[in-house]
Amino acid sequence: MVYKELVGVKKMDGILEYFGSLDPAVFVQSLPGNIAQGILWGIMALGVYITFRILNFADLTVDGSFATGGAVTAVMLMNGASIWVAMVVAFFAGLVAGLVTGLLHTVFGIPDILSGILSQIALYPINLHIMNKFSNLPIKMDNYGMVFSFNSENLNIAGLLISMRDVYMAIIVAAVVAIIIMAVMYWYFGTEQGSAIRATGANPKMAAAQGININLDKVIALALSNAVVATAGSLIAQYQGFADVNMGRGAIVIGLAAVIIGQVIGEALFKKHFNFIVRLIFVVIGGILYYLVMGVVLWLKMPPEDLKLFTAIIVAIFLAIPYLRNKSKTSFKRVVKMNKKNDEREAADNA
Amino acid sequence: MLELINVRKTFNKGTVNEKVALDGLELKLNEGDFCTVIGGNGAGKSTMLNAICGVWPVDAGKILLGDEDITGQPEYKRAKSIGRVFQDPMMGTVADMEIIENLALAARRGKKRSLGWGVTSAEHEKYYEMLKQFDLGLEDRMTSKVGLLSGGQRQAITLLMAAIKKPQILLLDEHTAALDPKTAAKVLELSDKIIADNKLTALMVTHNMKDAIAHGNRLIMMNNGKIIFDVSGEEKKKLKKADLLEKFTMVSGEELDNDRMLLSK
Repeated sequence: MVYKELVGVKKMDGILEYFGSLDPAVFVQSLPGNIAQGILWGIMALGVYITFRILNFADLTVDGSFATGGAVTAVMLMNGASIWVAMVVAFFAGLVAGLVTGLLHTVFGIPDILSGILSQIALYPINLHIMNKFSNLPIKMDNYGMVFSFNSENLNIAGLLISMRDVYMAIIVAAVVAIIIMAVMYWYFGTEQGSAIRATGANPKMAAAQGININLDKVIALALSNAVVATAGSLIAQYQGFADVNMGRGAIVIGLAAVIIGQVIGEALFKKHFNFIVRLIFVVIGGILYYLVMGVVLWLKMPPEDLKLFTAIIVAIFLAIPYLRNKSKTSFKRVVKMNKKNDEREAADNA
Repeated sequence: MLELINVRKTFNKGTVNEKVALDGLELKLNEGDFCTVIGGNGAGKSTMLNAICGVWPVDAGKILLGDEDITGQPEYKRAKSIGRVFQDPMMGTVADMEIIENLALAARRGKKRSLGWGVTSAEHEKYYEMLKQFDLGLEDRMTSKVGLLSGGQRQAITLLMAAIKKPQILLLDEHTAALDPKTAAKVLELSDKIIADNKLTALMVTHNMKDAIAHGNRLIMMNNGKIIFDVSGEEKKKLKKADLLEKFTMVSGEELDNDRMLLSK
């Protein structure tokens, strides 16, 4: 009895101590960084949106092509290329990765998820080779300087575009890149070619009947998607100051988290006016919200090694929300309950 | 216009499920023919349409359309000269795209899809006039998503899409089977009008013998992947439902096994 009480007191003390140790200032300090990362992962999620939502193709290549973007950037910079050349090469490296997935799927008839997994697995050693067998390469802002910066003296047109050492400039640069990519996507998917890709994703039979080469369109969409993802990989490698062969692990889940969180919240806010451009904006907002939630989780001192577990839980919750909300409108239990109520009322009226 | 020469197709070759779907099919349609197609379950009606569209390559034989041999062309290449309406109203349109976007997709059939706008402002007016003729009130809802429309309205849109590029042949695959009788009649009426206005050559599969007799200038009956009865002109006009049933039993040596056909009035 006494022992139990003692343990209780000790537990109480522990909880108080835990909450006492949480410093709101630490959370506030982490906010800008989380917003910058959120936008950067939101750019990655724009790539995921092309395959997952527009093409209706769950593409797992992105875990590989994301790291490819970072690896290519680090190696190009080390070999003296400017950041602009490095990012263009990263873009095209992603494009090729998506192309391979597309060919595996359309030419060789491998199912969508499997062709993505094959590319992803194949990209791991390829990324290692790109990085000359190093699993981690630094991208030091001190070496290259920055193109734009509030606090660096080493301004250099060939330098890095973005770094966590200048987080406010990072937010601005990330937002500008995100806006450019959204604008290009908005334009492209309104063109004849983009409309054909949308039709291919939504109704391949109809698309074929309208003379659309659906295999070609699938390959184009996969290539573009992975090009955007690799560009995001390049930006995030610059932001964190290194490229790592494992940096893409679980990227698809974060991308999906951004797409889905953005969609659930955007739909709730905009309802009927949730059009294409608003959807794209909410993909990036989804990325920011995801990183804010992660910021809270880390601030609560949850172990960082469990982050991916929280990600999975968050994605599961947001995937479940629209389904459960629909279900709550019509449920077997509810109609039985309603009938029972009505019967009782009738019985009461009759009595 | 359209010619099928000794076309053969076998599904699941070499397995227990082997099924000869088209068994040396021969058909020649003249320009302006509106031909209805009837037949029992598994007679090869839809298979014939799929062979014409190029959903898969045929095993043997030739398919000629216009003055072109299209046997070796994949589906998306042939589509430039073929208009199609499916049985399922969901199949012919993209639910998540606007009416006008769907029409614009169809208007670019057979053209290279460029980086120009998917829908131009000049098209608005053109489609408005087209839809107005339908008298379904769709012309005022051109920016609505097709998913919000009823099955009949969707089939009407699909019909317009199929005819928008004046195809060399229009293929209707039981396109009213999923609709209620009143809507089905309206969509059929619309089909007649579109075929007549554009002077299209058309093949219409139906399970409704009355419709098969009432529409078009020619009727073919299929069984076991072959055409077993072909009637046109004056002879077709005099045709009765009982004649068709009798013909079927006589030629195929078995009773017509399609319940839907027998029960339809």
